[in-house]
Amino acid sequence: MDLYQLFAAPFIDYEFMRRALVACAAFAVGAGPLGVFLVLRRMSLMGDAIGHAVLPGVAVGYMISGLSLWAMSLGGIVAGLVVALLSGATSRATGLKEDASLAGFYLASLALGVLLVSMRGSAVDLLHILFGSILAVDDDGLLFVVAVATLSTLVISAIYRPLVVECFDPVFARSVGAGGLWVHSIFLGLVVLNLVAAFQALGTLMAVGVMMLPALAARFWSEDVSHIVVVSTCIALASSLVGLLVSFHFELASGPAIVMVAAVAYLTSIVMGSRSGLLARWLRRPHFHDPHEVKR
Amino acid sequence: MNEPVLTLRNVIVTYRRVPAVHHVSGSFQTGALTALAGPNGAGKSTLLKALMGLVPVSEGEIDRRGISPQRYAYLPQQPEIDRSFPISVLQTVLLGAWPRSGSFGSIGPDEQERAHACIAKVGLTGYASAPIAHLSAGQWQRALFARLIMQDAKVILLDEPFAAVDDATTSDLMALVKTWHAEGRTVIAVLHEHTVIERFFPETLLLARDVIAWGPTSEVLTPGNLQRASAMTKRWAIEAHRHAHPAPV
Repeated sequence: MDLYQLFAAPFIDYEFMRRALVACAAFAVGAGPLGVFLVLRRMSLMGDAIGHAVLPGVAVGYMISGLSLWAMSLGGIVAGLVVALLSGATSRATGLKEDASLAGFYLASLALGVLLVSMRGSAVDLLHILFGSILAVDDDGLLFVVAVATLSTLVISAIYRPLVVECFDPVFARSVGAGGLWVHSIFLGLVVLNLVAAFQALGTLMAVGVMMLPALAARFWSEDVSHIVVVSTCIALASSLVGLLVSFHFELASGPAIVMVAAVAYLTSIVMGSRSGLLARWLRRPHFHDPHEVKR
Repeated sequence: MNEPVLTLRNVIVTYRRVPAVHHVSGSFQTGALTALAGPNGAGKSTLLKALMGLVPVSEGEIDRRGISPQRYAYLPQQPEIDRSFPISVLQTVLLGAWPRSGSFGSIGPDEQERAHACIAKVGLTGYASAPIAHLSAGQWQRALFARLIMQDAKVILLDEPFAAVDDATTSDLMALVKTWHAEGRTVIAVLHEHTVIERFFPETLLLARDVIAWGPTSEVLTPGNLQRASAMTKRWAIEAHRHAHPAPV
């Protein structure tokens, strides 16, 4: 097997592979920065919770109009936003920690979703929603994920500064009137939108893996937010490409294959990472003797 | 010069209905350098937060002379900042340009230059591009002071600015506070060390939920006033305890 067979042929010979690659690449670009901010906000499990929370909305969409992308996506977005905003509002109104109130709402939402699916559908439908199917990416699905990635990139660029300040120093942000509820809400809205947009190709749960693992891995390679965002997006893109090839050549499910590749990148970064990786900690370089030697 | 920049009228701030600041009235004059002193639990930090508009005032009012508190500069006590956050000293200091840049405005070369000048003023030359995770506690406090200078505020509120730093840093930072005073800025600082207050702060507000005394430091920090302050705080602690655990009838 030559390099052409290994890397190019699957995409040249099969349209579904090209579609899958474009969908995954678009999602990687949209979700890469979001994962970084979730990690920085200490909300790494938020994506997972939202991924579960969209289920009842998707199920209702499915019950009303069958396997319609738009109905299921709209339902998913509504359910995800309701859970995210309700938990945010509850924690602000009662002082309950946000992760705690989110856990409460998403568990209820997930149970409701499973209940709805079991009333009308079968376990196979449920698996499709949660884990996706790369063969299923149609024109609408492709357009949707690309449009969301575009919107996401534009919005994140616009709210980048208040978003960073809010993560970094919330008291300072409040004292100068930076950020606030609107930044938080827009950000959570983007998380919901991206996870739902990825559900045809990856499924909402596997999409969470592509959002979070590259972000966690990137943390080991830089000490600058903007660099971390770029590194994270690159790892997500590379994981998508390699994961799709692995799934093609070894006949594995594509979503989990992509996430497993991202997981390997994460484990590699833990060990090899240039900033706080294990090797960098063990192989300490000689210390500086003069403060002026310190240059990053 | 002698015009109040901040006037409090019968200000009460409560947490869960227990007052933390009680019937505070008085004025901070423009350009005054005031120490906010008092025992633990006297409501000093709460009063600063109320002046910043970060906690709501239950009764009374704070007259800021039409200046939004978002134009004040505020240094909280040991800020809840994740020191492993991936951001450099320069970027941290540049945040002080917020009153001018806002969320979307550009930050040009002039602001960059100012930020470098602020970093130099606090003695962190050479550390501009260092990640904040690499700074010691004293250097970190210097970086936060650089951000305060960058904010260029007329009113500066400091909560225990020297609590976690060594003597050398304290005297360098105190020199900056004196510069602000000389520039006519109004500075209010929560402080514990009476020696520092007596040496550097012309005015003192001694707080024990109520105002015990407010005026020239030598007239405020008298043994009698200090004793009254500590007695007052103890009484409040007992009252709060009774409030939380009512005696059986």
